[in-house]
Amino acid sequence: MAETLDQKQNFLKGIIKENPVFVMLLGMCPTLGVTSSAFNGLGMGVATLFVLLMSNIVVSLIKSQVPSKVRIPAFIVIIASFVTVVEMVLEAYIPFLYEQLGIFIPLIVVNCLILGRAEAFASKNNLTSSVVDALGMGMGFVIALTALGAIREILGNGSIFEFRFVPEDANTLILFILPPGAFIALAYLAIVFNRLTRKMA
Amino acid sequence: MKKKESTLVNMVVVLFIITLVAGLTLGYVNDVTLEPKARARLAKKVSALKTVLPTFDNDPVPEMVRVKSELAKDSIEIYPAFREGAFAGAAVTGASERGYSGLVKLMVGFQPDGTINNIEVLEQKETPGLGTKMKGEKFLQQFRGKDPSAFNLKVEKDGGQVDALAGATISTRAFGEAAQQAYDAFVAYTDTITKPDK
Repeated sequence: MAETLDQKQNFLKGIIKENPVFVMLLGMCPTLGVTSSAFNGLGMGVATLFVLLMSNIVVSLIKSQVPSKVRIPAFIVIIASFVTVVEMVLEAYIPFLYEQLGIFIPLIVVNCLILGRAEAFASKNNLTSSVVDALGMGMGFVIALTALGAIREILGNGSIFEFRFVPEDANTLILFILPPGAFIALAYLAIVFNRLTRKMA
Repeated sequence: MKKKESTLVNMVVVLFIITLVAGLTLGYVNDVTLEPKARARLAKKVSALKTVLPTFDNDPVPEMVRVKSELAKDSIEIYPAFREGAFAGAAVTGASERGYSGLVKLMVGFQPDGTINNIEVLEQKETPGLGTKMKGEKFLQQFRGKDPSAFNLKVEKDGGQVDALAGATISTRAFGEAAQQAYDAFVAYTDTITKPDK
């Protein structure tokens, strides 16, 4: 299937049909953990997109050289290296985002979305397909995290992308900023998302 | 393309090469980002100093004094500020480990008489939307122009005068503790430099 894969379909499946967050429910740790604001969600999404893209590229390039018994440790080392690069670059050039995301940057390593795509897709497909797959999946992740972050920020803090539309001391639904709010908002978003996409298909 | 056989030699060689390349790459990136990282940290410190201190014309960073304290894990940093040669106040770091999720670190700017000029939160991991409001203008303004010798830095619930953040009393308590630590260090520091020859 690798050669005849329709690249447009390949790209779109990551966003809609196999959306990593709303459909496959992968990468829940960063999804629930950092989406307390739209900006955090976007930042984590883009960082993950970058790591996913790089790891898919490398894994698809070296796939025939890695003996299958040690493929998982090999993939993890590759992913961990890119995550560490992201962490150092963020600390050096975007310290603000680095502080906001904190512990969740090193935790990108264990985001099963990235290992999942390396194992299930990049290690079986050619470079172009793997790049398109990473971009699609990554965009799906970015969109999902930003949407979730935006909803939680609007409900819980009365602002979006730090732009406040209620007074600072207004009573907002703080629940949505707290961890339980992440679960509630994610569940409803997943319902709405699946409802809409089912109609489309 | 055929997959490499999973023989011991193959596995060892492949993993060795991958870890070697990864290690070298990380070392390289670390070297490259070392300087920008240090610069980012310094820029943050300088901007914090500018917010908390009254106007000054010296460079407080090289004149920083470290003070040991049994209460604090890290030593307390004191950045003295001078205007036209006269002591214009100091910025003092203070920390508390008793935040809702650990460390709360502040930089408190004092005027020469011990009045709080301004406070900036350097590090915190408090709950977003609750404890993080300690960075907000509304919370910080209650400290400006207060002298901790007359203004009790404890939360109202504990008999102090600090109006706690809604839903984040523990964070507020840690904030007060850190500010108190900074004030104690400042008092001890000004006692040593009250002699005009400094």
